[in-house]
Amino acid sequence: MRVVVAMSGGVDSSVAAALLAEQGHDVIGLSMQLYAQGEASAGHFGSCCTLDDLNDARRVAATVGFPHYILNFERQFQDTVISNFVTEYASGRTPLPCAHCNSDLKFSTLLDRAQGFGARSVATGHYAQVERTGNRWLLKRSVDRGKDQSYFLFSLTQHQLESAVFPVGSLTKAEVRHEARRLALQVAEKPDSQEICFVPDGDYASFVATKAPRVAQSGSIVAESGERLGTHAGIHRFTIGQRKGLGISAAAPLYVLRIDADSGDVTVGPRASLERTALTASGVNWVAVDAPASWLPVTAQIRHRHEPSAGRVRALDGGRAELVFDIPQPAVTPGQAVVFYDDDVVVGGGWID
Amino acid sequence: MRNATLVLVRIYLDHNATTPPAAEVVDAMATALREQFGNPSSVHHFGQVAKAALDDARSAVAALVGGDPSEVVFTSGGTESDNFAIRGVAEALEATGRRHLIATAIEHEAVLNTFRALARRGWKTTLLPVDQSGIVTIDALEQALTDETALVSIMHANNEIGTVQPIAQLARLARSRGAVFHTDAVQTAGKIPIDVKALGIDLLSLSAHKFYGPKGAGALWIRRGVRLQTPMTGGKQERGRRAGTENVVGIIGLGVAAQQARAKMAAEGDRLAVLRDRLEEGVLASVTGTAINGARSPRVPNTTNISFDRIEAESLLIALDLAGIAVSTGSACSSGTLEPSHVLKAMGFPPHRAQNSIRFSLGAANTEADIQRVIEVLPGVVDKLRSLTRTVARV
Repeated sequence: MRVVVAMSGGVDSSVAAALLAEQGHDVIGLSMQLYAQGEASAGHFGSCCTLDDLNDARRVAATVGFPHYILNFERQFQDTVISNFVTEYASGRTPLPCAHCNSDLKFSTLLDRAQGFGARSVATGHYAQVERTGNRWLLKRSVDRGKDQSYFLFSLTQHQLESAVFPVGSLTKAEVRHEARRLALQVAEKPDSQEICFVPDGDYASFVATKAPRVAQSGSIVAESGERLGTHAGIHRFTIGQRKGLGISAAAPLYVLRIDADSGDVTVGPRASLERTALTASGVNWVAVDAPASWLPVTAQIRHRHEPSAGRVRALDGGRAELVFDIPQPAVTPGQAVVFYDDDVVVGGGWID
Repeated sequence: MRNATLVLVRIYLDHNATTPPAAEVVDAMATALREQFGNPSSVHHFGQVAKAALDDARSAVAALVGGDPSEVVFTSGGTESDNFAIRGVAEALEATGRRHLIATAIEHEAVLNTFRALARRGWKTTLLPVDQSGIVTIDALEQALTDETALVSIMHANNEIGTVQPIAQLARLARSRGAVFHTDAVQTAGKIPIDVKALGIDLLSLSAHKFYGPKGAGALWIRRGVRLQTPMTGGKQERGRRAGTENVVGIIGLGVAAQQARAKMAAEGDRLAVLRDRLEEGVLASVTGTAINGARSPRVPNTTNISFDRIEAESLLIALDLAGIAVSTGSACSSGTLEPSHVLKAMGFPPHRAQNSIRFSLGAANTEADIQRVIEVLPGVVDKLRSLTRTVARV
């Protein structure tokens, strides 16, 4: 089988590619160049898919012995991922760019390209599993629960899942490192990337302000009562549940409760006010089931590092869904994904309103 | 990969990027590595053997371009020769007040980026436009020349589309205004006859690996009497014009390649032109939405540049490589950048056409069967990409 492997230059996608090649597949390595390289790129970019990472991917391909190409996706990345990232922050929401990159770039534009090259599937180094059950493709958590990335893949359609291969999803991270050493891959000891790839220094606020200077307008920090407590230098600097960097001293810790993009108000309050019992989501993708008209018991995860919490979900009109938690959850954050699970199986997910 | 049942027959159609060294070149270099290791500057026997080999190579290169051996300076290749010529003239004439440099918009990056570097340091630069034929007009040069013009640098043939510029006329005009004339002949040396005297030029760059020599060896021909600042200071090698112990083995390869090219040029040029024309006819006939760029102009015989409507050149290049056919998008140096070809852009083509063009450059090993295979494979590959590409290059 000819398979395209999306290679970031990291150990996970490198091992994914090497394992597929070892199994006898006709592997083609593709790396996406997502932002300008060379002299102009000094500054912001650089924790993933930099020139060094592209070189690492190329060296792995040469070591294992399969062809490797770099595709220039600067424009597509800008149009799908970066613009959404900036718009979301400017709207007072907290974006999840990796999920958009997966469904709108890797398993979209890249999959198209792969098919143009005669490949049926796109493999990545994601920690997740795809399984055929009955007439459905199921998305499941990875064997290594600590590394699981199914949360970032909830928006893959049945067609996309059919074309997706996750060779390291059945391995633990330690096993992946072990395989990398066994296969003598140059990236065996390369550190994992942590931050969002296009903001390696983690300074999202500066990034957004550079891309959309209009968001960097001062506004008010207000209490739940409406009382003005202070000013801030732009709503893009805040996310729901944030405690640090408010610049306000109070007897009890204050948390960001709401961000109003229209007024520029950031509402703060005590931790108790942060909790929500219910949420709605848009752009919902049902993976394991048809859109459930009546309440379906699930566990729901509202952040990458959130311990899923029990509740029930039902579909609403217009690709939306309503979720009610059994126990109130802090920091339900618009723009993040809510992913519904049945044990390890992704039932569906959507974007928190 | 491991499906060793099918061995892919590979067809190399990227000779403007580089060529495989000729067998005679490889043999001469292997012998040189073993037996001519001496330093050409040494007085003893070993030095003399190496020096003699340089002399032979110098004569061969001079003969290839119709110059005198004493006018040939060996360099590391085309980029160094271009830098040497442009910076050398600019700096030599700096004190005279001639601080204006002219090139064309379709030069190789070696020239364009050297111009940009000098512009940042205060030189005035002008890039002459070309029209859709890919040819610079005499009028354009006439308008650009001033009494301050130090140097005019116009490539002999373009690397992406193969069009050959009217160098003799351009040089005559430039020199009549007191400017030094340089031509980057990297894509013509060894491919078509060159006579520096008939062209009436001052400086000419060439590179061994474009005509079956090794990488890392090239030359700058400097007409006797042209003042040039050396880019490299050090020993007295190359008559003090390029310091540093010579790349003897590479230069020996360059010399043999020059000899071979000169001997085979006429017949090989005719042969490649026939194959190239057959390729163009075949592609135009079998693939819809294709057009040849620069077809109506004089071109080197081995090059064609074809635009494929509704195709990302990047994808076509990869798909062809997976089918065993090696081509390129524009110049190898700018592959991997999103920028549409600066050459096609300068020719006035819209960005999408400049982004969906593929260069096929033929060479010694190519046969009729190769061309036939390309014409057979291409339509299917293009159809598949067109049916699957949801985001085509935008205008």
